[in-house]
Amino acid sequence: MNRVEGRDKVTGRALYAAEYPVDGVAHAYAVQSGIAKGRVTAIDAEAARAMPGVLAVLSSDDPPDLAGDADPELRLFSSRDVAYRGQIVAAVVADTYENARAAARAVRVTYAAEPHDVLLRADHPGLYRPEKVNPAFPADTVKGDVTAGLDGAAVTVDVTYSTPPLHNNPMEPHAALAVLDGDRLTVYDSTQGAAADRDTIARTLGLPPERVRVVSRHVGGGFGSKGTTRPHAILAALAARATGRPVKIALTRQQLFDVTGYRTPTIHRLRLGCDATGRLTALDHEVRVQSSTLVEFAEQAAVPARTMYATPALRTAHRLVRLDVASPSWMRAPGECPGMYALESAMDELAVAAGIDPIELRVINEPDAEPEGGLPFSSRNLVACLREGARRFGWEGRDPAPGVRRDGRWLVGTGVAASTYPAMTRPSQATATAEDGAFVIRLAAADIGTGARTALTAIAAGALDVPAGRVRVELGDSDLPAAPLAGGSMGLASWGSAVVRACEELLRDGKHGAADTAGEAGRGGDYARHAFGAQFAEVRVDPDTGEVRVPRLLGVFAAGRVIDPDLARSQFVGGMTMGLGMALMEESVTDAEFGGFGNHDLAQYHVPACADVPDVRAYWIDEDDPHLNPMGAKGIGEIGIVGTAAAIGNAVHHATGVRVRDLPITPAKLLAGF
Amino acid sequence: MEITLRVNGDERTLPVDPRTSLLDLLRERLGLTGSKKGCDHGQCGACTVLLDGRRANACLLLAVACDGQAVTTVEGLAGDGAPHPLQEAFIAHDAFQCGYCTPGQLCSAAGMLAERGPSAVTEDLTAEPELTAGEIRERMSGNLCRCGAYQGIVAAIAEVAR
Repeated sequence: MNRVEGRDKVTGRALYAAEYPVDGVAHAYAVQSGIAKGRVTAIDAEAARAMPGVLAVLSSDDPPDLAGDADPELRLFSSRDVAYRGQIVAAVVADTYENARAAARAVRVTYAAEPHDVLLRADHPGLYRPEKVNPAFPADTVKGDVTAGLDGAAVTVDVTYSTPPLHNNPMEPHAALAVLDGDRLTVYDSTQGAAADRDTIARTLGLPPERVRVVSRHVGGGFGSKGTTRPHAILAALAARATGRPVKIALTRQQLFDVTGYRTPTIHRLRLGCDATGRLTALDHEVRVQSSTLVEFAEQAAVPARTMYATPALRTAHRLVRLDVASPSWMRAPGECPGMYALESAMDELAVAAGIDPIELRVINEPDAEPEGGLPFSSRNLVACLREGARRFGWEGRDPAPGVRRDGRWLVGTGVAASTYPAMTRPSQATATAEDGAFVIRLAAADIGTGARTALTAIAAGALDVPAGRVRVELGDSDLPAAPLAGGSMGLASWGSAVVRACEELLRDGKHGAADTAGEAGRGGDYARHAFGAQFAEVRVDPDTGEVRVPRLLGVFAAGRVIDPDLARSQFVGGMTMGLGMALMEESVTDAEFGGFGNHDLAQYHVPACADVPDVRAYWIDEDDPHLNPMGAKGIGEIGIVGTAAAIGNAVHHATGVRVRDLPITPAKLLAGF
Repeated sequence: MEITLRVNGDERTLPVDPRTSLLDLLRERLGLTGSKKGCDHGQCGACTVLLDGRRANACLLLAVACDGQAVTTVEGLAGDGAPHPLQEAFIAHDAFQCGYCTPGQLCSAAGMLAERGPSAVTEDLTAEPELTAGEIRERMSGNLCRCGAYQGIVAAIAEVAR
């Protein structure tokens, strides 16, 4: 089914947050800290206030009344302390964007700087074990005797993998337009969850939620960075309050790198052992990550190891250090994405060391219950994905020897890695109403490009047994029935469940149905619910320049019932494309000297372009899993990026014999290994 | 300063701040928000418009420097009420997800289809190159898509190019 909002998007009619036409709108522009740690000692805004069109200057000279227990990243201008370079310390509101930007440059901020500490390293003395890792997993788990398992192994690997800070970089920079009408505040915001955003904005401003409305009908991508309220939304509201005018703020691409979250750098130590037949005797995955001094966010990168392979001895551990950096947050498949990069790369090393085909090594270690905790899987088709992928990719007869295949000047290699992502649901509300011959579905869901509007249309049409053309879905507005955010690959499962129940009630009532799945969603620790997949990569490496090209990426996924094949394929392929970026080019470079990130635009933070991805294909295995939700669907938004970087790294090793254990795999790192 | 532009066929005369980019003029002054601001530095292509028929990054042009020129934005791609074939093909091939890069991709593709001559991947520099998938990918690589809809974008453009 074509996207229902497709025509609006190809004609430019679809409105994103900063684009709603409002009379008398003013523009805000943020002033950011130039130091990484210390205090603001003075803010000289005299020159800025005298500039043309300036309406207000906001800063800690006049602290706003914000909730004391609000997210410290959102408590703008409440403190003189600076926690990271790039933190918002002031803002100018003016009649035009040009005037606001020029005046923001004229604000003089003076600091008392202190020495800063911004680099994650494996032996950082500040590393500690957090109480929990994102969102609420135990930091450490131990099963069996890892030391004995490694001592008794026929083959072992003990390797360290690392990934750099990564930025979500959705195409639409975060933006908000705040409009005050009497005592009611409307924020047009680029957010992945209008209801949660409304609640956070209201709580931060000290308002009852019913006095705040968030509208986000179209969102230009998010990949996690719009899953939580960002400072720009609070800033827009404060600026509207200060000036009595509607105020728009559109962060610049450069500002996104500082105040909209990022994926923490990660350092992994993996110790694996297996017997002569390839059976794991021990698996130890220890992860080190960073957070800011403002909030504790511990990315759960060792958590997927608790799900993947059968082993008598399994240890996972997370250590966190709080640095003078911006707060890391969610980026597509937090935990699984960097964790599976490391685990699946180490599994490839074990396969090479043991002389076993990497697909067979994974098949040999297929568990019959979840390795940590022992729950039965609601469904698990990793082996089927590996087999189907091998058939489609042409894996059979692969010579495992590294560095021996040439095509002209290129060294050629292939690699494989597994993917996984949990299948979760959250409570949601929805209504279904018969109106003028049509059926209108209403809920505060979000379509950030996933196709949620279209998939929910299909789900409702199926539940009502009517053509999709008679169904209209309204979402992206916190005034609609409350719904969870688009995140954790649980949007469609959560929203769809409520839509099905509302449609069932409409069929009984004839006019209207309302549902709240609080009683049924997310219940039951009776099964381990996960999607799985297998990813295959072919790479070509220029041995003289170190350039890596990826002529083919192929993924096979098992994610329950696929609601819409076109939308699902786009999600899988999009995730794999982002995974290629992680493998070969994406890296935010922490500025050790000054704090913050040294690169902060799309000329220096490279994401895949059209010529980088000639052939990316996704397939799936249909699963009939009765233990999920009324649709039988697992989430598909994130699993596509899980495993891609490992498959490419493993293929690079197969092509060259060089194992680069620190992403991205750049020409310089590869050439150093030749 | 006062300038005159022909925007999607309509003549518009208006005073502009000399600091205003063509992109901000379109979005903030003329209400044409179809052209998107993704980076404001000519690095992502989301703001691509046709300037006198050639594709250009509207964020890199000062509006005052465009005086007297004709601008076509995504809002003006469709002719006489009928969608542009690229718009139809983008829908049919699911060539977008979030849609934020889409107007730039469409204007870029429309401009690209009218271009002649070789690209960096053309092997025979003496003949007019055939617009293969490889040529399309090369010529469209100034337009980033973070959702990763490139496979659909190339398929959609190839269909229209045929």
